[in-house]
Amino acid sequence: MLARANPLLPAFTRTTAFRLMATYVAVFVTVAAVIAGVILWQTNELLVRQVFATLSTEAEGLRELALQRGPEATLRSVVERSNDARSSLYFLSDAQGRKLAGNLNRWPPELREGKGGLFNYAVASDTGSEEHLAIGLPVLLPGGQRLLVARDVEEPRQFIERVRLLFVGGFGLLVLIGLAGGLLASRLILRRITEITATSDSIMSGDLSQRISTTGSGDELDDLARSLNAMLDRIEHLMAGLREVSDNIAHDLKTPLNRLRNRAEAALREARTVEDYQEGLERTIDEADEIIRTFNALLLIARLEAGAVDESKEVFDLTALVGDLVELYGPHAEESHRQLSFEAPGEIFVLANRQLIGQAVANLLDNAIKYGEPSPESANGAGARAIEVALQRTEAGVEVIVADHGPGIPQADRERALKRFVRLEASRTRPGTGLGLSLVAAVARLHDGQVRLEDNEPGLRVILSWPVPAGLEASDSRTTGGEARSC
Amino acid sequence: MLDKAAPVSFSVSHFLKAIGQHMRVLVVEDDRETAHFLQKALKESGHSSVLAHDGEEGLAAARDGSFDVLIVDRMLPKFDGLSLVRQLRSEGNRTPVLILSALGEVDDKVKGLRAGGDDYLTKPYAFSELLARIEALARRVEPQEEQTKYVVGDLVLDRLSHRVTRAGEPIVLQPREFRLLEYLMRHAGQVVTRTMLLENVWDYHFDPQTNVIDVHISRLRSKIDKNFEESLLHTIRGAGYMIRAGKS
Repeated sequence: MLARANPLLPAFTRTTAFRLMATYVAVFVTVAAVIAGVILWQTNELLVRQVFATLSTEAEGLRELALQRGPEATLRSVVERSNDARSSLYFLSDAQGRKLAGNLNRWPPELREGKGGLFNYAVASDTGSEEHLAIGLPVLLPGGQRLLVARDVEEPRQFIERVRLLFVGGFGLLVLIGLAGGLLASRLILRRITEITATSDSIMSGDLSQRISTTGSGDELDDLARSLNAMLDRIEHLMAGLREVSDNIAHDLKTPLNRLRNRAEAALREARTVEDYQEGLERTIDEADEIIRTFNALLLIARLEAGAVDESKEVFDLTALVGDLVELYGPHAEESHRQLSFEAPGEIFVLANRQLIGQAVANLLDNAIKYGEPSPESANGAGARAIEVALQRTEAGVEVIVADHGPGIPQADRERALKRFVRLEASRTRPGTGLGLSLVAAVARLHDGQVRLEDNEPGLRVILSWPVPAGLEASDSRTTGGEARSC
Repeated sequence: MLDKAAPVSFSVSHFLKAIGQHMRVLVVEDDRETAHFLQKALKESGHSSVLAHDGEEGLAAARDGSFDVLIVDRMLPKFDGLSLVRQLRSEGNRTPVLILSALGEVDDKVKGLRAGGDDYLTKPYAFSELLARIEALARRVEPQEEQTKYVVGDLVLDRLSHRVTRAGEPIVLQPREFRLLEYLMRHAGQVVTRTMLLENVWDYHFDPQTNVIDVHISRLRSKIDKNFEESLLHTIRGAGYMIRAGKS
């Protein structure tokens, strides 16, 4: 899963937590080592300088002694000092290099040049002999005698060595603890990531009901899990919607397709004359047109549900649009012995998709004309045949009201009638796609509005409402060019 | 379907060609069966056509410039239909284009028309609808060249004074009826479909669910044809309407 995985490294070394920790430890140890090194080096320098200072004072004293009292006095003094000295070392030789006195066995080979510096010498101890470190300063005495004044610095050397070891060990421990911490953190993270991956894998293999568990600690991984779960909820919801949609599409399209097939078969079986065949084909084409119409309605609802039509909203006068539609449907309503009336409080500018609102209102008018047939017993008054269309401004927006005096929709069915792709049983036997109200509801949802079905006592009153931003002016109209004329 | 749509016999199609009704059509459509169906149907309607099966081929053929109208499928291999139209327009080619597409939302139509298409038809379509639309496109007149007066037989529509007379008798029309008649008369002698009327007279690009146009037409007909021996406004079964003088 991880990019550029190195097969030689174990999985935990590839986690971000481990890498961060390792880098941090490396930087810290490097800086600390440099500081410790400088301290050690400085301490060493100081020690050596101090010893040299003492040595040169002593060497000066012995040279003075030789100048004033002669070589014998120096010899005596060296012998004397050699005997009771513990860390002071001496070696006195004549001009030919023969040893005259001192507690060193030989002139150290490291200091043959006649310069001061560090040398090693053997010391007898309980376990035989051991090497000690010392600092020496050679002095040329009058008369050609050569004297080496030195100090044993084995003790401070060992101290510094111990400090050095302490530093190295400490850093080693630091690296170990740092890496172990990184490892622990990365394994903890890795375990939860593996869990998320396992859940995602089982979701991908089809089990959409699975969810990623949260620890409840409210850390960033919990946040991630929560938002992934929310995403999964949404996907599951959409999938369920899609399943419902495809079931309904199957039903709404297979029925007319079957009818089309039956008609074609009947034409083949029964037709005798050219006219018979022609009629059979004509009816087949009519049936195909009906299927296309249903399919278009289904497709439009699906597109609206996906909410991808926002950019084509424009400002227009709703009163003019609905007025035109009432005028368009008026003669048609009269043919069905119905009267369309229209009432509006003047111009109402709205921001909406003009074609979709037009389609929605057209569907409402068509439904009212198609299904709003008053029952014979109640059809005595002239008002029973009226279909009232009205526009209203509300606090938040506008309402389009279409009311008829037909049988209406029973209370129990009202909510269902607005659901996606639901077609009430009563409408299945009538002509048309039966998707009219579903489409109106989808248009309303796209405009953040709603559709209410109310009892018109008797009849159905449909109210399509959506919010309209304040301050829309006539001059804003036609902001987006939804119009294009072909002629 | 065709014999209903426009009762065109062989001799009539020759006559139509003689008076300039014959069209040379370029069909850019990748589905060969659809393309051949269109070619055959166009031939039966007295029009000749050339087929191109992808965008490149279509563009090369269209550059020739000898076509009266182009029918361009929106989704084509190599070069999609909209790019083809855009390219043609940028080269100064003004041949009318009808875009065919399975995408039928208002947004898609707007995109198609913005790319330089002159009309947009959604699949699946009736051939009579397509034929009516390309005939309207091929005979389109630029707005500035539009006449101020339309005359069909003894019916006269004056666009400036908004007056209509038949045999000198004034006819009173509602504003919408006037626009309906104006559109029909501008396309006199051509089939005008219900969808074309909805789009151009009412500016609606949606499905009205029911056939609401027919009632408006019959009202208009009762105003202009009633009490006159000759009917001018004809219903073309399975296709739409046509206003025309002379025998039906």
